[in-house]
Formats: sequence, structure tokens, C-alpha cells
Amino acid sequence: MDFDLSPDQKLLESTAAAFIRKESPVTRMRALREDSVGWTPEFWKKMADLGWLGLAFPESAGGFGGSFVDVALVIEQLGAGLVPEPFIPSLLAGTAILRAGSPAQHERFLPSLIAGDTSLAFAYAERGSRFDPTWVESTATREGSDYVLRGEKVFVENGQAADAIVVSARTSGGPGDADGISLFVLERGAPGLRVTPVKTMDGRRAAMIGLDGVRVSEASRLGPEGGAAGVLDEIVDLGAAAACAEGVGVMRTVLQMTVDYLRTREQFGVKIGTFQALQHRAVDMFVRTELARSTSIMASIRVADPDPVERRTAISAAKVELAIAGRFVTQQAIQLHGGIGITDEHDVGLYFKRMHVLNVVFGDEEHHLARFSAQPSFTRGIETTAS
Amino acid sequence: MDLSFTPEQSAFRDEVRAWLRTAMPAHIREKAAIDAHFEHDEIMEWHRILHRKGWVAPHWPAEWGGPGLDVARRFILTEELELAGAPALSPFGLSMVGPLLMQFGTEAQKKRFLPKILAGEEVWCQGYSEPNAGSDLASLKLRAEPDGNGSYVLNGQKTWTTYAQHADWIFVLTRTDPNAKKQAGISFFLADMKTPGITVRPTLTIGGTPAFCDTFFENAVVPAENLVGPLNGGWTLAKALLGHERTGIAAVGLSTRAIRRVKRIAATTLERGRPLLEHPGFRARIARLEIELTALKMANYRAIVSAQEGHAPGPESSILKIRGSEILQQCFVLAMEVMGHDSLSWFNEAGVIPGLEQWVASSFNYTRATTIYGGSNEIQRNVIAKLILNLPSA
Ligand SMILES: Cc1cc2nc3c(=O)[nH]c(=O)nc-3n(C[C@H](O)[C@H](O)[C@H](O)COP(=O)(O)OP(=O)(O)OC[C@H]3O[C@@H](n4cnc5c(N)ncnc54)[C@H](O)[C@@H]3O)c2cc1C
Ligand SMILES: Cc1cc2nc3c(=O)[nH]c(=O)nc-3n(C[C@H](O)[C@H](O)[C@H](O)COP(=O)(O)OP(=O)(O)OC[C@H]3O[C@@H](n4cnc5c(N)ncnc54)[C@H](O)[C@@H]3O)c2cc1C
Repeated sequence: MDFDLSPDQKLLESTAAAFIRKESPVTRMRALREDSVGWTPEFWKKMADLGWLGLAFPESAGGFGGSFVDVALVIEQLGAGLVPEPFIPSLLAGTAILRAGSPAQHERFLPSLIAGDTSLAFAYAERGSRFDPTWVESTATREGSDYVLRGEKVFVENGQAADAIVVSARTSGGPGDADGISLFVLERGAPGLRVTPVKTMDGRRAAMIGLDGVRVSEASRLGPEGGAAGVLDEIVDLGAAAACAEGVGVMRTVLQMTVDYLRTREQFGVKIGTFQALQHRAVDMFVRTELARSTSIMASIRVADPDPVERRTAISAAKVELAIAGRFVTQQAIQLHGGIGITDEHDVGLYFKRMHVLNVVFGDEEHHLARFSAQPSFTRGIETTAS
Repeated sequence: MDLSFTPEQSAFRDEVRAWLRTAMPAHIREKAAIDAHFEHDEIMEWHRILHRKGWVAPHWPAEWGGPGLDVARRFILTEELELAGAPALSPFGLSMVGPLLMQFGTEAQKKRFLPKILAGEEVWCQGYSEPNAGSDLASLKLRAEPDGNGSYVLNGQKTWTTYAQHADWIFVLTRTDPNAKKQAGISFFLADMKTPGITVRPTLTIGGTPAFCDTFFENAVVPAENLVGPLNGGWTLAKALLGHERTGIAAVGLSTRAIRRVKRIAATTLERGRPLLEHPGFRARIARLEIELTALKMANYRAIVSAQEGHAPGPESSILKIRGSEILQQCFVLAMEVMGHDSLSWFNEAGVIPGLEQWVASSFNYTRATTIYGGSNEIQRNVIAKLILNLPSA
């Protein structure tokens, strides 16, 4: 095993950290809370110029052929700086197009994304689906050579601004069936595509996406009709792995913030960091952060594993660990800041809220616990000789 | 030992419930049903309704307009009000400075202030904490100096003053002898918020509401008759008041309601077409929390019975504060989990999520404060370690 970053990866990480510290301090995200889009094309372009938007895509598609470990390094820094640009939704939609799409579809969507001229969104969750990507009630009905899409997708990150949205819809079967799910890529402004922006609890924007009889041609379908479940599962797991990486950035930042505060805040004539009760709490925050980081690394590596069981157990483990650690670390960060931590003007609350969002998206703790224990690997090794 | 309430106590509970069914105006009832945040005016409206009924200050003696209920009935009344989701009244007058004045105030002070607190004509806030005096309250610096004309001049700053923007009066701890050792030079004053030189600046909380303020004093002149208790004897009052603040801190009614809300949301949230409430994993988690709340409730009852037998609430109240605050926080963590994607919404802007209990996210954020205010849980643990377990100091 080797957990060391290559020189290139180290450079990528330190460049990203320095760039975000300088160009996107948390004050920028704060100001964008009042903006109806929630991010800026200028910053998006800068991210493209640094090569980040092409990192996940092979050279054949105009990208830089990085691994997800590389991508996760960048995402962790985006988490550390609470950068609101739609990196993850664009990554997911772009990857869906890359995996399932035709060369023509690649050409249509990927170069402009990699150049930072467009952004994408990925819409899979529905009102009744909770975190199950196969629970698709939206339908895509064939009419001649067209499809007509009806249904609703909820909390679509960057749905408010995306130039195109990848959506799942059912071409056959019923909710919960793996067969019969298809993916479509819908362009902004398509008739019947209803975009209702919503403010999310972490101060960002997303959208509820209504499919009110959106008519598209076959050319909008990604991959074979009814065969999208596998890709969908992979993309949702990619989202979960990305959430883990971002969460590690969040945890590392609030840990540092808290340790700095314990070193400087005085009560009872001493620095509060001299109280052993608080030292041990800070240590537990550190321990939890390191463990979440470890499972996040595991998830980054396994997300590309061809064996779906290996992939799913690793992703689910990481997502559960993220939830436990992330909640603990951010809650304690507020607690140890005392009253100042309850104010909106202090950054620690912004990280706390972002952590909640990361815990929910792409499957919460309960969902991933259930999925982890449902994998065949869970009972492997306990077979008796009797049968 | 006996776990049941007496028939008289149960009859009283029925009476409260029956009254509550009709007492809340429709607009308050609607908000109560979804546990929405109440505006100051609505809280005061409810204050006056309770006042007319004679129930606004269950813990006040009849002499000062209290209903003369025994401890158990007071508890029942409070619990039923919480369970009904009635607006929580501002505690600063009714539960803090009111009882304190009864104990330490002059006759003139009692006559001047208590009736107006009861009637809701004057609203109070608490000026204890300062930027450098939080857990270490005794290091406070707000100065009160005699001006030679029988008044005191106040200079300095208080912080985290909850709802100071709505208050008519503030009670403040001030430093009146800078040379005495920390606790010895502190005095307790009452100040009219309209006094020239007193200004407030509301601050947004992470719950998205302006709940607390910075309060500034610049040459604010306060008459000597507003000193409560002896000059430089304020620390005794400060501690007595914190004792009052901690009664009811277990918030059993709030948590009971919060768990009901979790179940309500889980009953209407579907997972693979079935209500989440039927999901064994979630049921077990809700049950575990409910059982922890039951333990707290029983501990609370024990404390009440002990109080009824005439024992003053001691450091044991820290048990209620620690668990009460933690359980309330857990209720909101669970509510957010049950809500799934809906929990991502901030106030259900534009009403895009049908039936969404839109205040959950705000409360989830804000309840991080319950383990901090009123003496943080770390400080409560220090209290138990020292005063109950008799552990030595480092
Ligand atoms: C099963 C077992 C096998 C062992 N085998 C060996 C062996 O082979 N060889 C050998 O040499 N020893 C051995 N030990 C001894 C072991 O190393 C000691 O028990 C250990 O170092 C703790 O010392 P103590 O028992 O004196 O407890 P103490 O040091 O008195 O500690 C008591 C408690 O106070 C805590 N504490 C102490 N100091 C602090 C502090 N500064 N801050 C916070 N908390 C503190 C401790 O964590 C502990 O909880 C063994 C012990 C056990 C239980
Ligand atoms: C929502 C809210 C409303 C409030 N309303 C009011 C109000 O109306 N009036 C008012 O006067 N005040 C009010 N307060 C202030 C509150 O009482 C203080 O925030 C609290 O006492 C903690 O002080 P601090 O914020 O300065 O934190 P600090 O005292 O700086 O504490 C920071 C951290 O260190 C820990 N710590 C401190 N000392 C020790 C120790 N000895 N051992 C172990 N840990 C320790 C604390 O527990 C905390 O986790 C309010 C606070 C909040 C959050």
C-alpha cells in the first residue's frame, strides 16, 4: 500500500489550497448567499484555467486524465474554503455524459464544461425516493422519435444555473425496478422544464426541477434505453465520495479554527485550551477527522473499482464515517466557541451547516448503514460447513 | 413510592387541556401546530391571555399575583403549555428578575416592577455576559460609578443579550469596586432601556433570527434606587438568579413535542413507498431517544417532588441542564435526518415543498446554543464534579 501523494499531486493540493485561500476566502461565499445564482462565472473560469474542470476527464475528451484521487484533492480544498461553485454537480453530470453518452454528446457538452464556459447539474432524487436512485417515478414516454418527460426532481444542486441537466426518468417498469431507467440530458430553457430556485440551509442555491411534458428527441438520451441503473449507481457513489472529500476539508478547517480559538480565548485568567476537558475534546475532534480522512481516501480509490461490491462497501463505510465524524467535529467546534459560535457572523456556523448538507446528499447515515449491511461481503466468512 | 399524579392533580391537567383547546387565537394556534417561530408581538399577546386567566406566573406566590399552585400543579401547567406548542414567554422578567426582586428587592422596587412584569407591560432582558466575561462571569467590567447626585454612571458593554431589542428594562451586573477581588466588587442594577447612552445592536444567529444583541452603555445614568441588594453584594444575587434560570431548564415538554414531530414527519415521509415510521432502524432510534427523554422526565419529577418537600434546587439541577439540552439537540438532529432532502431547505422559500415543517432547520441550527447558554455544559460538569462528587481542583 502507498498513501503518499505523488509530487504532482502534492503540487495540485498546495496550489489549490493557496489559490482558494487567496481568491475565495469565506467572505466571498458569505456575500454570494444573497446572490440569486450563488456563484460567479468569473471564478468558474479561473477554476477551468487551473485545469480543475478537466481533471476528471480523459485526454480523448479534452480533459487531463486525472484519477479521482486527484479530483478529491481539489474537492477537499473547495470544502475547506466553502467554495460555492458547482464543481461536484458538473463533475457528476459530466461523468454521466462521458460514461453513457455518444461521441456527439461528448463533443456537445464536455469541451465547454472543461473550458469553464458552461456548468452542469445532475438530477436523480425525487420526492418519494429518499436516497434510492432506482426509485424513479418520473417518466419518459415515447412519442414517435421523441420522448416526453414528466415528473419532479428535488434539490438539484446548480439546477438554478446549469446550462444542461442530466435527469433520470423511467422508460419502463415501476419505482424500485433497476431495469427501465434512462438518463437524458436536458438543455436550459427546454419547453416544459420548470426550474424553481430554492435557498438551501447552508446559504447556497439549488432548484426543484419540474418536468412538465418536456419533449426531447432521441439524441438527448444517454446510453441505451432503460439501461441506466448501473451508470446511475456509479454516479451517485461518485457524488458520495465527493461529499466525503469535501467533508474532510470542512472538518480540517473547523478543527484548526477551534484549536486556534482554544489557544487564544481567555476565561478564568487562562487560555481555555489549558482545560483538560477541552483538550481532550479537541483531540477527539482530531482523531475523528483523521479517521474520516482515512475512509475518504479509501472511497476515492474504490470509487473506480470495477467490482460494485467493493465500491459500494467502501463508499457506504466512508459516508457513514463522514456522518458520525462530521457531525461530532462541527458540533464541538460550535460548542467550544461558546456564544460567538452561535452568531451568523462567525464562520464556524457556515461549516456546521455545510456539513449537514454533505451528510444528506447522496445518501445519509441510515441509508448507507443499510446498504453496507446488505452487501454480500457483509456475511462473507461466516458460512457454516453444514450446507 | 408512587408514580401517579393524585386525582386532584390529574383533574387540574384536564382543566388546563380543556382551556388550551380554545384559548389560543387562530393565528397562534396555526403556528403552534407547525412549531413555527413566534414574533415578539405574538408572545406578548399570549402573555396577556395567560395573565387574564391568572396563569402567567405559575411559580409566583399569590401575594404578587401568582395562582398559588403547588409545585406539582405548576409543573403540570408548564408541561401542558409546552406540549400545546404555546409561545414560550420571555423568562427574564417572570422567571429571573421577578423572583429575584421578591427575594432581595425593597418594598418600593417590588411595587414598582412586579405588577408590570406580571401584566406584560414591561419586558426585560438579561445583561450578564460581556465579550470577555462568559463562563468566567465574575471577570465582568461594565463600570457603575457614583455621579455625586445620587445616581450611577454606567460605561461598558454587555453581549449576547437575548431580545434586548424588544426590552423595556435590563438587569445588569456591574463593577462598582475595581479594587476588590473579582466577586466582591459587583453590584446588581436595573436600567431603563430608554436611558440616554444605552444602545443595542441585534445580531443574527445561525438559526437565521435576530435573537441576541450587543448592548452598549455610554455614560448611561441610572438612579441609586435601581440598585438591588447591597452595593458590592451583587454576586450573591447573580448566583441566586442563575438558580432561578435553571429551573425548567430540562425542557421536557419541548423535547416531548419535538419527538412527536419527528414521528409525525416520519409517518408521512416515504422510503420505497412505505412510511419511514415503519422502518425498524428509525423506529429504534426514535425509541432510544424517547427512552432517554423518559429518564430525564423521571429525574425532573424527582427534582420537583424534592422541591415540594422544601429542598432548594441544588447542583443536581445541572443534571437536568446537561441532559435536557443534549436531548433537545438530538431531537432536532433526528428530525433533520427524517426529513432527508427536505431538511436542506432554508425556510421553504416560495413554499416549494408541500407540507414542509419549515422551522426545523432553523431550530436545528439554533439549538446548538442550549448546551452553551445559562452556564455551558462544561461548566455544569465542573459544578457536579466539585459540588456533588467532591473532586479536588487541579
Ligand atoms: C492487563 C494489564 C497488563 C499490563 N501489563 C504490564 C506489563 O507487562 N508491564 C508493565 O510494566 N506494566 C503493565 N501494565 C501496567 C500499565 O502500564 C499501567 O496500568 C498503566 O500505565 C496505568 O498506570 P496505573 O495503573 O498506575 O494507573 P494511573 O496512572 O494511576 O491512572 C489512573 C487513571 O487516571 C488516568 N490518568 C493518569 N494520568 C492522567 C493525566 N495526566 N491526565 C488524564 N488522565 C490521567 C489514567 O488514564 C487512568 O484512567 C499492565 C496493566 C494492565 C491493566
Ligand atoms: C443563544 C444565546 C443566548 C444568550 N442569552 C444571554 C442573555 O440573555 N444574557 C446574558 O447575559 N448572556 C446570554 N448568553 C451568554 C451565555 O451565558 C454565554 O455564551 C455562556 O456563558 C458562555 O460564555 P462564552 O460565550 O463567553 O464562552 P466561553 O466562556 O468563552 O467558553 C468557550 C468554551 O469554553 C468552555 N469553557 C469555559 N470555561 C471552562 C472551564 N472552566 N472548564 C471547561 N470548559 C470551559 C465553554 O464551555 C465553551 O465551550 C447567551 C448565549 C447564547 C448562545
